[in-house]
Amino acid sequence: MTMQTNLSRRFVLGGAAAGAFGLGFHIPAAGAQTVAAAPAIPPEINAWVVVKPDDSVVIRIARSEMGQGTLTGLAQLVAEELNADWSKVTTEYPTPGQNLARNRVWGNFSTGGSRGIRESNEYVRKGGAAARMMLVQAAANAWNVPVAECRAASSVITHVPSGRTVRYGQVAEAAGRLTPPADVPLRDPKEWTIAGKPLPRLDTVEKTNGAQIYGMDLTLPGMLNAAIRACPVFGGKVRSFDAAAVTGRPGVKHVVPVGDNAVAVVADTWWRAKTALDALPITWDEGPNAGASSEAVAAWLREGLDAPGAVVGNSAGDAGAALAGAAKRIEAVYDYPHQNHACMETMNATAVWTPERCEVWTPTQNGEAALAATAAASGLPAARCDVHKIHLGGGFGRRGAVHDWVTQVVTIAKQIPGTPIKMIWSREEDMLQGRFHPVTQCKLVGGLDAQGKLVGLTMRISGQSIVADIFPQNIRDGRDPVVFQGLNAGGGEAMIGYTIPNLLIDHAMRNPPVPPGFWRGVNLNQNAIYLECFMDELAHAAGKDALEFRRALMANHPKHLAVLNAVAERAGWGRPRTDGRHLGLAQTHGFGSYVAACAEVSVSAEGKLAIHRIVAATDCGHAVNPQQIEAQIEGSFVYGLGAALYQECTLKGGRMVEENFDTYPMLRMEEMPKVESIVMPSGDFWGGVGEPTIAVAAPAVLNAIFSATGKRVRTLPLTKVDLRRG
Amino acid sequence: MAKLNVNGRILDVAAEDDTPLLWAIREQIGLTGTKYGCGVAQCGACTVHVDGQAVRSCAMPVSAFTEAQKIVTIEGLAPMGGAQHALQKAWVELDVPQCGFCQSGMLMAAAALLAQNPRPSEAEIRSEITNICRCGTYNRVLAGIQRAAGTATSG
Ligand code: FES
Ligand code: FES
Repeated sequence: MTMQTNLSRRFVLGGAAAGAFGLGFHIPAAGAQTVAAAPAIPPEINAWVVVKPDDSVVIRIARSEMGQGTLTGLAQLVAEELNADWSKVTTEYPTPGQNLARNRVWGNFSTGGSRGIRESNEYVRKGGAAARMMLVQAAANAWNVPVAECRAASSVITHVPSGRTVRYGQVAEAAGRLTPPADVPLRDPKEWTIAGKPLPRLDTVEKTNGAQIYGMDLTLPGMLNAAIRACPVFGGKVRSFDAAAVTGRPGVKHVVPVGDNAVAVVADTWWRAKTALDALPITWDEGPNAGASSEAVAAWLREGLDAPGAVVGNSAGDAGAALAGAAKRIEAVYDYPHQNHACMETMNATAVWTPERCEVWTPTQNGEAALAATAAASGLPAARCDVHKIHLGGGFGRRGAVHDWVTQVVTIAKQIPGTPIKMIWSREEDMLQGRFHPVTQCKLVGGLDAQGKLVGLTMRISGQSIVADIFPQNIRDGRDPVVFQGLNAGGGEAMIGYTIPNLLIDHAMRNPPVPPGFWRGVNLNQNAIYLECFMDELAHAAGKDALEFRRALMANHPKHLAVLNAVAERAGWGRPRTDGRHLGLAQTHGFGSYVAACAEVSVSAEGKLAIHRIVAATDCGHAVNPQQIEAQIEGSFVYGLGAALYQECTLKGGRMVEENFDTYPMLRMEEMPKVESIVMPSGDFWGGVGEPTIAVAAPAVLNAIFSATGKRVRTLPLTKVDLRRG
Repeated sequence: MAKLNVNGRILDVAAEDDTPLLWAIREQIGLTGTKYGCGVAQCGACTVHVDGQAVRSCAMPVSAFTEAQKIVTIEGLAPMGGAQHALQKAWVELDVPQCGFCQSGMLMAAAALLAQNPRPSEAEIRSEITNICRCGTYNRVLAGIQRAAGTATSG
């Protein structure tokens, strides 16, 4: 695998940008590159594929790489249909400005909801296939032979009857001039030789030697650095600040307001900007939320557990009547806290603004949304702006739907025209200015008949809606379509895996003054905890095995059942043990994929939890790169278990209390269980892999904890619960 | 003005005394492979070697260093001549990084561990490598260290 990772490869901004700034900005880049300016590009076969005279293949990637492997997976899909020599494949990112100028030829740039591959696979494969057809046509034209007599393999076209060959690079220019084919058939995934294989990632080497450039590492000529502080109280504003107190400090160049709620110090280095900001006297107008607290939010949500006017997400039969007539009623209330994404790389962006043009360089999960934020803040039309995607030091949903940091950097740059400004959030700023995992509570009531069969279930979710805050136009008749993830009757995206004859799942929306965000796994996280832990409670109350109890409800859900059976079998469910370890199960469906986990834990008499092993199964329909799917499964347990064990953002005085990793702890290697992944694609759909497994991490472990201790954990994080025996 | 010995070069660094070594390395010296993750010695993203010891550079002011102390960053981890360090090789073979942001620190922490304890047990690796990875690469980091140390067990 030869990867083009040379740091010396430089891209000069084309056209208007270079002209307007006259500075010839260029950035060193590694991994995915920014597409070069139009005049310089080598033969483009189509929007997705460039083949250079030396046969190297550049595949354009519209979605963002943030660690999840999408860059490599998408390249595999294109290269597969292109019949490319994989060792000659490199990648580059088109910019959202180019997408705009070319009538969105690359489609959606959004990289969230585990959609990077599953949503775009068909059109990127068609891009690769069409390019192959055009290359073969160009060769056939040159030889004056029928296309049907030509074959393409590994970037070489052969005229079969004569044995003549030509390399892709030799016919690329002619191919690029042909009319694209109208009918582009795709290969049966069973015949894949590049896609579907556990190939090494394209972006690994530069991540092992310090060469990978992240947004935070960017340097532009003449650049200044900005540190920023926004009002820590949600909804608060800046009342005043005393710039004179810091203007004489070393390196400090500007102190500027940013919107109505933040102040930035701009200096020659970020550290000087940051220390000056720390010394800057700022008084805040804390606004209407200054008294908000987690306790008050919890009390309000608790009231919602029984309040009228909830919106129904899924229902069957008559749950009320079934519960009234049940031989046994079981009731429980669970809750899930606010949490921060805590990307390893804090939010950052670099911007240059002039009255003619605005350019931004930033790690983003959605270049198009970043461009929209740039245009809005710059006061320029989008056609005079562009955003260059820089490799992300994690995304997890924080860098997708809301580009608050882009708005800020452009607002700063606009006050210092012509000077590139790099703004970096401190970890403290990143923790305080998050878009937090929504807070919810859930009351579940189940009814068992005399045989211990589940005859009715109600599930009332009370709490925060992400959509109501970020995409309010998508709330219809008070219904947030995302809040029922994993509990829906149908739709193929996030469906409940049980048939319950009498069922009522509804949501009482309660939106506290905390900005919510799409946090990796989104609402599937808490919904899977609520449902899967309660299933365990019901099985226990019915005196039944937790696996058998579930199976009895899953006959109509064969794909849910298949992943559950797979983990139970591999983990040795039901086998008598003498090692003091206990198992717990969970399954769910989300982001189009079926996932299950079986956790193996022990809890010492002193209450110390050890998670020894997790067996996880995923049916994602098609597995484009199985070893990267395994990496996502492993990583999902770190993300999900860290959240369940340790993480809560506490609201006090209208702001978050936790400001860094000392009070917002992370799972570390010492606690990391062994993870055995079972990737079992069933082949008739396309599901995502970056998120769904997170949702089964916590409930599998919590159910195993019950088995070990007899204690039900219904509140998170686990640090709030005493697991000591006795 | 501090004098620092970084990756074998003595450099004059025009930074205030209380500037953390991390920011001097990133901003004055211009080596950006060493990362900022927390600034409070929690995450290890900023790990460099000082005379062979792993140090969290965000928590050490430049004034604490003299040019006699040899500082090595991720850019200087590989032996001269362009070869990869055994850990870098293992990292590539196992595709350890996801986003990669923590990996400079992981590699520097792992390299210091192996320099002192060439064949660490799994338990020693787990307790010594306390760096944070939000993407969750711990199991591959563990496997990478074992592979580089020649202690990898099959299966
Ligand atoms: S940045 Fe130094 S330990 Fe986190
Ligand atoms: S690889 Fe992303 S934080 Fe470790």
